Amino acid sequence: MALISTQSLSVDCRLASVSIELHRGEVLGLIGPNGAGKSTLLKALAGLEQYQGQIQLEDKNLESYTANQRARFIGLQPQSVNSIWPISVTEVVALGRIPWNDRDEEVINESMHMAGVTEFADRTIDHLSGGERARIWLARVLAGQPQALLVDEPVANLDIHYQLAVMNVLQQYAQQDKGVIVALHDLSLAARYCDKLCLLQAGKCVAVGSPAEVLTESLLHSVYGVEVEVELERTPPIVLPR
Amino acid sequence: MLVMLLAVAWLSLWIGSAPVSVIDGLIDWVASTNSREAIIIGEIRLPRTLIAIFVGAALGLSGAALQGLLRNPLVEPGLVGASQGAALGAATVFYFGIFAAAGSLAITVAGLIGAMIALFLMLALSGTGRPSLVILAGLAISTIAGAALAVVLNFAPNPYAMQELVFWLLGSVSNRGLDSLVVLVPALLVGGAIIWSQRSLLAALGLGEQIASSMGLAVNRGSRLVVLGTAILVGASVSVAGNIGFVGLLVPHILRPLTSYRPDKLLLPSALAGAILVCSADILVRLLPYGQELKLGVLTSLLGAPLFIWLVLKESKRWL
Repeated sequence: MALISTQSLSVDCRLASVSIELHRGEVLGLIGPNGAGKSTLLKALAGLEQYQGQIQLEDKNLESYTANQRARFIGLQPQSVNSIWPISVTEVVALGRIPWNDRDEEVINESMHMAGVTEFADRTIDHLSGGERARIWLARVLAGQPQALLVDEPVANLDIHYQLAVMNVLQQYAQQDKGVIVALHDLSLAARYCDKLCLLQAGKCVAVGSPAEVLTESLLHSVYGVEVEVELERTPPIVLPR
Repeated sequence: MLVMLLAVAWLSLWIGSAPVSVIDGLIDWVASTNSREAIIIGEIRLPRTLIAIFVGAALGLSGAALQGLLRNPLVEPGLVGASQGAALGAATVFYFGIFAAAGSLAITVAGLIGAMIALFLMLALSGTGRPSLVILAGLAISTIAGAALAVVLNFAPNPYAMQELVFWLLGSVSNRGLDSLVVLVPALLVGGAIIWSQRSLLAALGLGEQIASSMGLAVNRGSRLVVLGTAILVGASVSVAGNIGFVGLLVPHILRPLTSYRPDKLLLPSALAGAILVCSADILVRLLPYGQELKLGVLTSLLGAPLFIWLVLKESKRWL
């Protein structure tokens, strides 16, 4: 049974009849130009948007979940996050326990370890670089132990070291019998880390399938309007504009 | 902090124009003996001390809640229009004797309604928690409430009533009977409980509304509840003690670094420290060598305003 599946999911004029499936152990990548509806899809799945159509979490409809049950099932990491208060890294990660209404130190430490931020535990968030913060936001959402992790552009503005670090964390999380949906702009990273891709354009799903099925030169050209060079056999795979 | 509060409360019972033994006074008062000590302690200083404590706690707590909700360290009940709204509501009732049958409760309820209307108008005007907008909207609301209050004063039936009203607005905890507590204590308990129930929301809002709602919290409903709780606290304390400014601003601000900047962990300490601050300020007012007592609200404004200016300067440097 799919962890998350949607049927004809529409959100006003931003998303039109999108049907996707996420299974346990999978990383599903959402790709597409700016404004294609990647963030809207993630927010709808997390229950933050009014939608038409169906969203199923395992065997039950999303609407039959209470807000709290939903929050325990789905963790959302929005595109831009900021902490108003200069709180410590441990406190940020501890906020991720809010859906469980506890402060499970073991889970908090484990999440920090997984995201590789244990060394900053006592630093305050305003004294860290963008790359360090990105992993801390990730540790926060990991601490909620969601079955499905939805992450919006986690590697935007990160250098290549942190890009790989963040993507590795997502891949590891999926391998723990969980599911991950990640919106990405970097097609090479999408080819390298995602088991399945969904290519969106103007709110519609243009293609769904394995990276080899979705990342074809003709498809990418028609969606992005630029010539693209695709070399998926290479390690790591490369998808670059010509 | 609790120990500090008890010490300040004791001091507040002890200090005054006539030297009396606090213990004797309390014992006599409890035993309803009509001694001089019993009257001074029981009728004058005990109400004053208790009111100072509860008003301080209400102001400290409401300041901490508002700062957490609006994600803005420069917010306090007085700056977002809540105090002025409460004063307007209370003054209108006090003055025109509307709902006179309900007695002192009418003034409190009017204060509460005034504070609530002011806060909801402010939220409607500012939309989200953007700091600059909140301050602007708060300014607009307090200006309107201030103007309306001036109209009420303008049409004062007689100069004595007006003087009474002005003195009350200046803010003081003296010459109030123990019956004020009938209003203040339940308001503190109810308002405090409402805010306390939303402490997770206050904590989560630090990371933004999207994250808060993705963690299963009802952001809109919870925010309205925090506003309601704050309005109850501010309405009750303004209707009993008038405007005592800057307590709600400074107390959370000073305590924030000590509570690891978590808005939820700030609530209780702010209530305690607010009580300590207002009680101490009231002692200071009594010690000042003037014929006519300086009003408590005037003292907190005199001390608080420079600190506020310093905070604004610090903030503006941070944003440059």
